[in-house]
Amino acid sequence: MSGNDDIAHIEEELPLQNLPLDGWHRARGARMVGFAGYHMPIQYEGIMAEHVWTREHAGLFDVSHMGQLGFSGEGVDDALEILLPSDIKGLKPFRQRYSMLLDEEGGILDDLMVSRLGDGAFGGADIYMVVNGATKYDDMGWMIEHLPDEVVMNHMDEQALLALQGPEAGEALATLIPETADLIFMQSGLFTWRGVPLWISRSGYTGEDGFEISVPAADAALLADALCALPQVKPIGLGARDSLRLEAGLPLYGHDLTPAVSTIGADLGFAIQKRRREEGGFIGHARVMKELADGPGSKRVGLRIQGRLPAREGAPIFAGGARVGEVTSGGFAPTVGAPIAMGWVSLPHSAIGAALEIEVRGKRIAAEVAQMPFVPHRYRRKA
Amino acid sequence: MSRYFTDEHEWIDVEGEIATVGITDYAQEQLGDIVFVELPAEGTAFEKGDDAAVVESVKAASDVYAPISGEVVETNSALEDEPALVNSDAEEDGWFFKLRVIDASELEGLMNEAAYKKFVASL
Repeated sequence: MSGNDDIAHIEEELPLQNLPLDGWHRARGARMVGFAGYHMPIQYEGIMAEHVWTREHAGLFDVSHMGQLGFSGEGVDDALEILLPSDIKGLKPFRQRYSMLLDEEGGILDDLMVSRLGDGAFGGADIYMVVNGATKYDDMGWMIEHLPDEVVMNHMDEQALLALQGPEAGEALATLIPETADLIFMQSGLFTWRGVPLWISRSGYTGEDGFEISVPAADAALLADALCALPQVKPIGLGARDSLRLEAGLPLYGHDLTPAVSTIGADLGFAIQKRRREEGGFIGHARVMKELADGPGSKRVGLRIQGRLPAREGAPIFAGGARVGEVTSGGFAPTVGAPIAMGWVSLPHSAIGAALEIEVRGKRIAAEVAQMPFVPHRYRRKA
Repeated sequence: MSRYFTDEHEWIDVEGEIATVGITDYAQEQLGDIVFVELPAEGTAFEKGDDAAVVESVKAASDVYAPISGEVVETNSALEDEPALVNSDAEEDGWFFKLRVIDASELEGLMNEAAYKKFVASL
């Protein structure tokens, strides 16, 4: 028997580093794998059980491998509006937006979260950004190259990042920090727990209500212990994080998003606000405008698969005899109870309901372009 | 009946000329939640080492090799409805397929239970 765990093979030739909670995970029986240059917990009791727990209660994820960046200095908004296609100037204090870094050709270099801090609320920076772990050093290089000298970028690598996700996440966190109950989706703030400053945003990447918590590395284990002592909370590995985000229809960088694809085809046009589309002035704007006018050549779509055989990344997608696309992430969806996938298909085959076939080990299986998310989002929005 | 083990984590029960093949409890534990098992068609002839079946866990697909040469005479249809049988009972009800053994000498290099346990402990 041979396995090829698609998380485990990444960067296996580099020595893996330990994150602040490494010992904490091992003490709780996590199976550790190499991912984005670090030893990371892929699962504790099993992906399926952890997935279901998060959908029903609250799961604690360690996402400390992700890059936390602070930006400050004169003209920081103007400078970031060259790097990001999103409306930064209109971003109010304590609000967060999903955005991405585009290259000159409009290809996606990374997707990210960007927030405006209140005055000096968190490390003295004006703008806080969370970028993907596997791309963080490339992102930093790209940004340094394109930022003016007046803008300072700080890699906040002394901070750990935890995500608490699930319908009981709000209730759980409020038992430790009651004021967090007032946050709504994509809102953030600075809070204090036992004297420890925590930057908390109501966001995450599972489709559930939840929080991302930036905590000083030295206090991370204490906070993780306090959260997991609550009856609603269990530690959850990266395996379930992946199946949760797939069900939520959220793209994964390096798989569903790459430099070869663009924002409009990726169905991420919502991240480019009206003013930015009209005014431009960001790297990659020409491709965005062209695709808005002419339509993209291909689109990111959700796929419902007949039967029980999962289609994985790389599986070719056919319409009759013609190859029209490729699966970019896929697996068994525990909440849906069936295999699902995300893939890119050429525009004429991308409409909801389009009947396609996916080839898995020489066999064609029937699939249909499906509305995403596969499982409804349950973000806590304004009443 | 004798049970043999491979270093690819298959077990083989041999009774007369029929060998029943499955994956070990250690293997299912490593794979995690199993959601699909693709079994060979009856009548398929395998050489030792051929790809014989595929186990899909939530995360990934893993190949299962034919541990010895032979012809498939039966597959475990229970796995179609309940692939998780491999998780709950890998070394009994979660068997994969039965082969008609062509060359019994191929069994000679395989491990017995004690040797396999020692092998797993060394991993």
